[in-house]
Amino acid sequence: MLLTAQQLQTPQFGPLDISLESSERLFIHGPSGAGKSVLLRALADLDPHQGEIRFEGQPQQQIPATEWRQQVSYLPAENQWWAATVGEHFPDANSDHFERLGFSTDTLNWQIEHCSSGERQRLALLRLLQNQPKILLLDEATANLDPENSLRFENLILDYQQQHLTALIWVSHDPVQIARLATRSLYLNHGNWGIAP
Amino acid sequence: MNMILLTPLDLLLTASLVLALAITSWYQQLGLERQLLVAALRTTIQLVLIGWVLKLLFEQVNLLWITAIATVMISLAGYEIRQRQKHRFSGPWGYGIGTLSVFISGFTLTLFSLLVVIQADPWYQPQYAIPLLGMLLGNTMTGISLALDQLNKSALQQRRIIEARLLQGHSACEAIQSYRREATRIGMIPTINGMAAAGIISLPGMMTGQILAGAAPVEAVKYQILIMFLVAVGTGFGTLFAISLASHRLFDERQRLRVDRLI
Repeated sequence: MLLTAQQLQTPQFGPLDISLESSERLFIHGPSGAGKSVLLRALADLDPHQGEIRFEGQPQQQIPATEWRQQVSYLPAENQWWAATVGEHFPDANSDHFERLGFSTDTLNWQIEHCSSGERQRLALLRLLQNQPKILLLDEATANLDPENSLRFENLILDYQQQHLTALIWVSHDPVQIARLATRSLYLNHGNWGIAP
Repeated sequence: MNMILLTPLDLLLTASLVLALAITSWYQQLGLERQLLVAALRTTIQLVLIGWVLKLLFEQVNLLWITAIATVMISLAGYEIRQRQKHRFSGPWGYGIGTLSVFISGFTLTLFSLLVVIQADPWYQPQYAIPLLGMLLGNTMTGISLALDQLNKSALQQRRIIEARLLQGHSACEAIQSYRREATRIGMIPTINGMAAAGIISLPGMMTGQILAGAAPVEAVKYQILIMFLVAVGTGFGTLFAISLASHRLFDERQRLRVDRLI
């Protein structure tokens, strides 16, 4: 198992168990307020939580927090940027990589605030992929994108997953997207696994 | 010393001017008269009281008494720092960070100036010890509370950006660094500006007081420079220390941003 969580719990959800194998695409859906985002936050160790999470068998506490978040990488629903230009978020930008994804080296000079929402979301993903994560936690990653940009984003994810045998946990409300991409899906309601209505 | 002593009548005369201002405020329906009179009354009572305390203290040079007074002053400064922050840490940290910082910077610097610079005999002579401590506490308190207020405010307002950096795998230290720098700057700027403006735009209060009391201007200036340096150093180190403690407390052992620790 790549990732396991046992008796995972915060005030908003749980206790619940998760296990994830490499190359899996686990989709989580459920009503808003069910605890989907806080579940991903706990997996990324961004919120205090109870229970045991293991990555490749190693308990979370034994891996330094910064390293954990590079391996188990969480992309929140809204992307955030701490500097003005794209390039400042990509210290070791590789131009090949950028070009394959529909960007050019010039992209590094772009102002974040001038990027479209589709570009921003793809760049936010690329930013995380710099760390070569083993697990990606995606929180309604394409909810604010039009169909064309959603597809580009999905392709970017699928390419990366094939190359690196990454596992995904993807929170999504889109039944078509789930049907298209999921290898497995779970329904979260009132902070616990349930049966989809 | 050729100091002209003030009589109660002199003070009554100026008090009547304050009263005239209050009446004007009432007449023009500004609604400030009540606040003005209460503040004037508080000033009178508080200063007269501290005058008597200092008089008593000066008459019996006793280390124990001075320590007691200093403790009260530092505790009140800590309390004031806590009150001046819109968002502060819950529990003992809310009071502890400010008090500890003001203690470390204000107290050590007062000791330093008494023992090394002024060298009064005995070193704790209250005529020097209490005003020095008071000046230092008053100024470091302002710097520390401005800086802490700014840091906590940014942590709350910018928490998504800070968390984005944590998610990128940055350390807590990297994620908070720019806000730390800004908070420290805001804490220290008033002191730096004060030094830059001294003598040109404003005559510092302490020096003015000494001159009014009959001291030679050049001697008063020397004391003022001493105080300004001490205040700058005290505010600087006090702010740095407080910000360092607070930015530690904003994160836990797993480098998670814990804005839930703020109230």
